[in-house]
Amino acid sequence: MKNWKQVRADFPILDRKIEGKPLIYLDNAATSQKPLQVINALKNYYENYNSNIHRGLHTMSEEATLAYEGARERIARFIDAASEREIIFTRNATEAINIVVESWGKHNIQAGDEIVITAMEHHSNFVPWQKLAEDKGAKLVYIELAEDGNLDYQMAERLITNRTKIVAVTQMSNVMGTVVDLQKLGSLAHLNGAKFLVDGAQGVPHLPTSVRESDCDFLVFSLHKMLGPTGVGVLYGKEELLDLMPPMLYGGDMISSVTREKTTVNELPWKFEAGTPNIADVIASGVAIDYLLALGMENVRAHELDLTRHAMDLMLKLPSIKIYGPQNPELKGGVISFNYEGVHPHDMGQILNESGIAIRAGHHCCQPLMKTLGVMGTARASFYIYNTKEEIDFFVEALIKAEKVLNYVACR
Amino acid sequence: MSLVDDLYRETILDHYHNPRNRGTISDATVSTEGVNPLCGDELRLFLKIENGVVCDIKLESRGCSINTASGSMMSELVLGKSLEEAQAVISEFKNMMLTKGEDVTLPEELEELEALQGVKKYPVRIKCALLPWNTLDEGLKSK
Repeated sequence: MKNWKQVRADFPILDRKIEGKPLIYLDNAATSQKPLQVINALKNYYENYNSNIHRGLHTMSEEATLAYEGARERIARFIDAASEREIIFTRNATEAINIVVESWGKHNIQAGDEIVITAMEHHSNFVPWQKLAEDKGAKLVYIELAEDGNLDYQMAERLITNRTKIVAVTQMSNVMGTVVDLQKLGSLAHLNGAKFLVDGAQGVPHLPTSVRESDCDFLVFSLHKMLGPTGVGVLYGKEELLDLMPPMLYGGDMISSVTREKTTVNELPWKFEAGTPNIADVIASGVAIDYLLALGMENVRAHELDLTRHAMDLMLKLPSIKIYGPQNPELKGGVISFNYEGVHPHDMGQILNESGIAIRAGHHCCQPLMKTLGVMGTARASFYIYNTKEEIDFFVEALIKAEKVLNYVACR
Repeated sequence: MSLVDDLYRETILDHYHNPRNRGTISDATVSTEGVNPLCGDELRLFLKIENGVVCDIKLESRGCSINTASGSMMSELVLGKSLEEAQAVISEFKNMMLTKGEDVTLPEELEELEALQGVKKYPVRIKCALLPWNTLDEGLKSK
């Protein structure tokens, strides 16, 4: 059994007071908090070895290069990639998807082809594909949700055909926490000769992830949702695919030689990393990965499942609360989207803030899903390693205590 | 001051629970849409302008308490006004919402809008309050 209370001590922000009350941070699906180790790694870089990487011959440049490339190696290990050449640093998961669309999609998608996504994609795994389909005259096809809030896998079997060129799905819904069966969808994609992209922005921070087990061709995620600083995303791609894809940006660092006549492109992964990268934040991201590796992702998942079970147990007892997505906590990550009858999620968020509770309210960058669910938005509580059952008790008590205000505000 | 005093005053909730001038106008002379990208709240505004006067206004919105209440109050205050008068009301309201610090006092006929002043303490929500007004502004300018 991990001592999760001890984990809290590593997060200075958790000592903050909001409206005079201790902060209860339940907006982890938006971004996670950062442990001291990560904050110190940034400080240490800027105070002791700040320098540009790769071609410097001085000590500090070598140190920075080692730390930067070390982060890449650890990330490769973290997602079980075959090689660090398959790990490309981007600004965020959105940029990573855009690289795939730009440098794989534009060359491989033609009129009449089909791109399969799900009804619960974040705008970042939706809008780029929609634009590509529009530009190419391809068709965007949606796997819908089943009655139980899960993805409709029977429908997936019907929709993924030899017309499908790529299946691009979330690993875990940022709205409902629904965990997707990647092996199933991946094998359907591959059986039909399609590529398989996984949006791991929500999944990678919370679930044990192996690109070799799910056999995905691409995986994207963002480090700021997993204890790292903002500004670092990852594009994982199978080496043989990345090798065939042209760079998206041209300039410094992505070249191996340049003459007046011709430029030779650098090898993987650097051919996709033009310009000085986000050195400090990548190095600190490596420290975030170390932190998660030390905890163990199986333990992280177990802890969050424990919290989710507890929260669902309590919340399902409240008659005015409706919870969206799977009602069985085993089938979801630590994300609970809910509404209080007659209360707009914005008002809900504001009222909970009075108790020091930070949740998110709105469409969560999933407007098409909101339409499917028939709501304008939802309130969303999402958990991470430092959350406790006591915090969840407090959160649910705050909901109950707010009942008077909520009923007063409610529009029925 | 509590949240209820700031945000959920009786006037606001009354307009939220029973929004005035809700619906559409089939023979509208102007119709505009407004969206708050922050939360996805949507608003459709219909105006019937005859001889330079707003002779009908209807709103169709799905939004939070502040957005709905603000739109409802707005509709009552600009109905029957000339275009210039309507613009003046918009300016008064925006000025009140965007003036930082002390409370702004509005002319007597617009007094009711002062109830929305509490929203200023919650900067994210200012956009909710402004959405109907910006939509109206756009509608009048498209005329």
